[in-house]
Formats: sequence, structure tokens, C-alpha cells
Amino acid sequence: MNLTKSSAAIQCFYRSFCHEITFMATSKFASVEKAPPIEVFALNNTYVDDIFPQKVNLGPGAYRTDEGKPWVLPVVRQMEQQLAADETLNKEYLPVLGYEPLASAATSMLLGSDSPSLKEGRATGIQCLSGTGALRVGAEFLARIGKHTVVYSSNPTWGNHSLVFLNAGFETYRSYRYWDAAKKALDFDGLMEDLRNAPANSVILLHACAHNPTGVDPTQDQWKQIADLIEERGLFPFFDSAYQGFASGDCDRDAWAVRYFDSRGFEMVCAQSFAKNFGLYNERVGNLTFVAKDRAVIEPVRSQITLLVRANYSNPPNHGARIVGTVLNNPALTEQWKGHIKTMADRIISMRHGLRERLEKMETPGTWNHITDQIGMFSFTGLGPLAVDKLIAEHHIYLLKGGRINMCGLNTNNIDYVAKCIHEVVTTTQEASL
Amino acid sequence: MALISSLKIFSPSTLTTAQNALSVSSRNSSWWSHVEMGPPDPILGVTEAFKRDTNPKKMNLGVGAYRDDNGKPFILPSVKMAEAEIEKKNMDKEYSPISGSPEFCKATINLALGEDNEWTKNGLNATVQGISGTGSLRIGTSFLSAFFPGNKDLYMPTPTWGNHVPLAKHAGLGVKQYRYYDPKTCGFDFHGALQDIAKIPERSMILLHACAHNPTGVDPKPEQWAEMSKVIKEKKLFPFFDMAYQGFASGDIDKDATPVRMFLKDGHQIALSQSYAKNMGLYGERAGAFSLICSSKEEAAATMSQLKIIIRPMYSNPPVTGARIATEILTNPSLRSQWLKDVKGMADRIISMRQLLRSNLAKEGSSRDWAHITDQIGMFCFTGMAPAQVEKLTKDFSVYLTKDGRISVAGITSKNVEYLAHAIHQVTK
Repeated sequence: MNLTKSSAAIQCFYRSFCHEITFMATSKFASVEKAPPIEVFALNNTYVDDIFPQKVNLGPGAYRTDEGKPWVLPVVRQMEQQLAADETLNKEYLPVLGYEPLASAATSMLLGSDSPSLKEGRATGIQCLSGTGALRVGAEFLARIGKHTVVYSSNPTWGNHSLVFLNAGFETYRSYRYWDAAKKALDFDGLMEDLRNAPANSVILLHACAHNPTGVDPTQDQWKQIADLIEERGLFPFFDSAYQGFASGDCDRDAWAVRYFDSRGFEMVCAQSFAKNFGLYNERVGNLTFVAKDRAVIEPVRSQITLLVRANYSNPPNHGARIVGTVLNNPALTEQWKGHIKTMADRIISMRHGLRERLEKMETPGTWNHITDQIGMFSFTGLGPLAVDKLIAEHHIYLLKGGRINMCGLNTNNIDYVAKCIHEVVTTTQEASL
Repeated sequence: MALISSLKIFSPSTLTTAQNALSVSSRNSSWWSHVEMGPPDPILGVTEAFKRDTNPKKMNLGVGAYRDDNGKPFILPSVKMAEAEIEKKNMDKEYSPISGSPEFCKATINLALGEDNEWTKNGLNATVQGISGTGSLRIGTSFLSAFFPGNKDLYMPTPTWGNHVPLAKHAGLGVKQYRYYDPKTCGFDFHGALQDIAKIPERSMILLHACAHNPTGVDPKPEQWAEMSKVIKEKKLFPFFDMAYQGFASGDIDKDATPVRMFLKDGHQIALSQSYAKNMGLYGERAGAFSLICSSKEEAAATMSQLKIIIRPMYSNPPVTGARIATEILTNPSLRSQWLKDVKGMADRIISMRQLLRSNLAKEGSSRDWAHITDQIGMFCFTGMAPAQVEKLTKDFSVYLTKDGRISVAGITSKNVEYLAHAIHQVTK
């Protein structure tokens, strides 16, 4: 898949020039066309309006408890009460690059205490508007200052990646092969071949762990080979880390790939989100970690990013930053937080096992080991578009058309129903063979 | 060859020919060696210098954030009350809609246009939450850059807020100027403005500060706004209002919104950016909104959908804490009336500091005309001091302000206003 800027969502721009607009009589914006709805939100809206009592929402990526409810982490509630009672705090602007205790703790959490770049002062963090904001700031820096023009992401990838980079100033967005639909696993040979053919200086977007939407991550050996190739071809690695801790329950384990690249001496950036692992979805807490070969470039880079941020939103929001920054800088609170992550990760893993067991017990056609091989919030079920449509229309089970399900939407109350319905659609649907 | 030429761009000096001939397997220099230090932020520089100064009488009149009469940041009572109410509701942390909560957006546009305004009632507004004023401007300029059917030039008053120019350029718009401030009178250059506006090519965009012009504090009078509205309409220009100080300027939210409401009544379609940073003291919580007033419900829906497509690849959806506070205040009658008192209190304090500064300058025996100190409105005052005088003020009296002679009146208190008047008199007599 090869997108250029002109074929992205701003196509209406050209249409508006084709019409003659007379200002007095008609509106300036009469020619603006209604944009197509964004899939995950449209899906969610349909779910919300559905009155079927057994409906299940496996669409958007947010954690749910076994009762199907959102979960505000206890340590977060505690922090909010503490912050509210603290008379010394105010609502003054944060610095442009954010709340420093958050940025430094987030960067350390990602790179680990053994990080060579951290020890040598070659790594820095910038608070951003959650993962998306960090991706955007990183992408703008790479395009406008680094003059990179080509970016690659996996096929498939998170739905928003392409526009983030194109709107940031990249000219060309390409995909590297990733999901092998037949094997329901990583298409490693395809990935390597596509990266081998990438022009030098291309930015390569890598999911640090818990790949969205497939849940399939490279093995450590595969990561080593990817690193070799990126180095050999002069490509620039950009990690997207939205699930550190949330994937396996272990922050260090989930950061293995990023830390491996760091140990190899790569320059790279990494967008970090605290939406899932702190359950702070709507507070927009994120960090952009920047790793350089030379500590002398850190200050100039920070000063240029300052200009970018200022022209975009001036400075980031402080509420969520204070929560995360305080927790991560306090060992006891950090331990408490790690307990919460393990709770979430363990529940997801048990749902994975539960779903696989039920499908295998019913002898649902196909193989289902991928459900437990995959990791993180999402599973690429391998269900085709017809099966997906049936699940939604006939069984009121909501998932994305690519077959992605949010494991968090499963719980002990609905897992039997979901397994039964998957079995039903798989046995009654004839998909086009791939 | 492409590889080697790109090596030249990114790693100018350290690689040898032999290494050049190889593929880039051993990149031992940084991709970023070419990155230059960006220019230092002038306002930040003022604050840094202020912090280093050991003079006990030092004053920071640089940064535009409200301070109480003790020189301390001020958390509005209505904000504290709103936070207590919100805490009781035990709300979740689920993603906000891309455009922010509908309740927040409705309360915000109604604040600007009036509670019972015909535009909201008829569904003509497309309103989205933005990251305070800056973020809202950014969404608006991005939208205009993609969809405005006329000239992609945004005309700004001279001077304007320092960030307007880079922000608009960053979004892809051209930036041009119209006369605004008259340094001879320290007031509004009405005729200069009208002349320049009349010369703007048709179907361009014009940026207007709704009230409390930043940095000058100079606002057009209502009858001058009416003239400007006429010329802007005749020239078929598109007005983009930046309203960052509603309520904070005069103390009266309706009075401060007059130009916006006037233009709508005059039949303009407008864009509007709003901020709660100053008028609710929510600076770091980043609550604001961008609106387009369209000609039909369908158009509002279409433009809304495109605004969301701009926002999603920026940061997906906005932070809720500040927006929840604003919503609570605006929709809870007792909180709302408390807030109106709070914002009037801030505006009144600033107005009284202006009066005190002017009267103290007279007491000092200054023969200069300082009427503009009380004629101007809002957080900032363009004193009219020359750079050399500003430098002296800082060096000899530890009074910190920006080179253009702008002071943040919020930094003045009843305890330091005499000292300030004395200092200003000394450098200007």
C-alpha cells in the first residue's frame, strides 16, 4: 500500500477549487464534503445504539474489568486525591517540553537503568499528548528538521499511523509486509524483503510490543535481524510503544526490543503512551523519547522541538502528567502501579486462554493457537469480512472489519457467547480464499 | 550515489572515503549534527533573568499569567468548587470524543455567542475542543489551509501575539499584516487599519483579537468595530476571531464578546478560537475551543467531520480535566455566578492597578501623557518605552519586561506599584 499526501483525507481540498464561490450569496464552506466516518468510532456508535441485551463490544482499545466496566487504577485515584489536597500546587503552564519529572521517568522506564544512551546523556524525553501526540511531534521533527520524506509501517497497522505521518510532512507512506493471513503469524520473510528494498533514510515505524492490530510480535532473534537490516540499509527506527507493561505484565520484558536497539547504539525515537498502562486515556499523557549518538545534539534538538510544540499547542496538559510523574518517581507507588498492570495483563491472558480452549473444544474449523501466541490488547482472529459482518449483524458482537478483537471486551460473562458465535459464523460462512 | 549524497547532508565531516564507499553500516556520527539551536524564547528569557536576580524589589512583568495582589498564582474559587463537584461524580478516564464533550462545546460556544443565540439554536456551529487557545488556533488554521476556498493568506494586526505568525505558517498559511497600533498615541491606528484592510485582496482571511489585544491592550471602540465590519464585508474577507480574554478584559463576558456577536449579526461567517487559560485560570489544563459558524446544519456537520480528521492525527482526542472544570462551572448556576464574580474580581484588580500606576506616575511628577495605561485593557500594557529605557528599567531597578515595552499588568500589586511608577519615571523623564 502506497499513500501519497494528495490521496489522503484532504482530497476535498482540490474539489473546493473547482467550484466558483460567490461570497455574498453562498457560504465559504459550501463545497466541504462530509468526511467518511472513522471506522472504530462508527463501530462504537453502532454498539452504543444497539439495544440487544447480550451485545459485546470488542472494538475500541480500552481496558475493561471482568464486569465489563472501565477501570480507574486505584493508584491513580489515590494520586488525584493527594494532588487535590496539595495546597502548593497550581494550574500554571508547564514548560513547552512538559513536566520534567514525567519525561525523565518515562524515558528511564523505557530504556532501563542499564541504558548506555541514558548513562551517557544521549537520551532525552519530551512530554506529549499521549501516544498520538508523541508520534506527531516525532514525525514533524523527522520531516521538517530531519528532512525525511518516506515512512514505512507494517501492513496492517494502527489505523491512524498513516495520517499522522502524512499530516506531519512526510511525502510518502508505504507498508512493509507483516501479517501472514494463511499462517496467522508474522510474515518475517516479507518484512525483511520490504525493508531491504526501502530507500536509505526511510523512517521505519516499529511496534515496540503488542502489535496493534495483530498482537503478533517478532521474536528476539527476528528483532536482531531487523536491527541488522536497518543498520545496514541506513534506515531510521521509530518505535511506537503504547503497551509497555500492559502486554506481558512486565515493563522490562515489554521494552526488550527498544532496549536492544539502544544497546546496539542506534539513534531512534520512541513514542510512549500512558493511556492503557495507567488507564489515563482521556488525560493524554505521553512521552517522546529521543536517543542520539552524540550528546551534543540533544540541546539543539530540544530547542527545535520546542518551536514545533509552540506552533502546535504551546505546552502540554499538567493533570495527567503529575499523576504519572509522581508515581514513577516514587518506588512504593511504582510497585503499586506494577501490581495493577499485572492484574490487567493477567486478565487478558486468561481471556485468551479461555477463548482458545472453547474454540478448540467445539472443534471450530481452523487453528486457534494464534489467540494465545499473540500478545497485548488485541487479537487478529483471522476472521474474514463476511464472518465479521455476520458477527455484528446477527450476533451483536462488534469488531473491526479486519478481524481485530479487543480481548479486554471479553469477560467471564460473555466468553461463552462469543466463542459460540465465532464457531457459528466460521462454520456457516464461506470466505473468499486468500 | 543517492546514499552518499544523503550522507553528505546528515554527517558532514567524520566519514572517510572508504566508509562512504561502503553502505552505511557504521554510522558513527549523528543524524542530527546539522540541527541548529533554535532562537531563545524572548519571554522565557525574561523570566530566567528575573529568577537569577537577587534584588528583593525585583518585579516580573514579562509573562502573561494572572497574579493576585500578593503576586501569587490564583486558583479561582469557582474552579475549586467545580473540582469538588467533579470529584463527587467519580468520573472515568475513558477517551473523550475527538471533538471533545458535546456539553463542553455547547457551553463554550454559548459563552461566546450568548446563551440563547440563534446560531447555536439552529445548529450552525461546528465546535471542537482544542488544546487551549493555541491548539484551537492550530486546528482552525489547519482547516483553513485545507479548505478555505479563497486566498490562503491570513492578515494579522501589527503587532500581534508572538506565536500567531509561526503557528499560521506552520499550518501552511501565508501571513500578512494590517496596521493596528499607533506608537505615537499608544492607541488604535483606526485610519491606518481601515486603509490597510481596504487594500487586502478579496477572499483573504483576517485575524481579529476580539478583546484585550495582545500585546498592546489597545481595542477598537464599538463604533470602530462597526466600521471594520462594514469594510471587511465589502472586501469579502473571512474574519477569524481570537478570543483569549472573554470576561477577563472588562469584567463583563457579554461586553467582551461584542465584536464577535456584532460580526455575526452583520452577516459574516466567522471562525473563532476561545481559551479558558486566563478567564478561568486553567492555564496548564489546556482548555479551549475552535468554532466555525456555517450557513446550514449540513455544512456544520460536514465541516465538523473534517475538523475531526484534522484532530485525530494530531493527538486523537483532547485532555478532559480542564474541559470538565469549565463545563461544570458554565452549566451549574451557582458555580457560574461565582465564576462571573471571580473573573470580574481579576479584571477589576487589573483595572485598579492601571489606575494606580497612572496616578503614581503623576505623583512622581512625570510630565508624559500616560493616559494609554488606563485606556488600554486586559492583561498587557504597551507602555511606549523605548528599548534603551526598557534596558535601564531592568538593569537599574530589576523590573523585567519584554523589549517592546510591554508589561503584564497582572504582575503589578498594590505593594509594588509605587516602586514601579518611580522606576518608570526615572528612565523616561
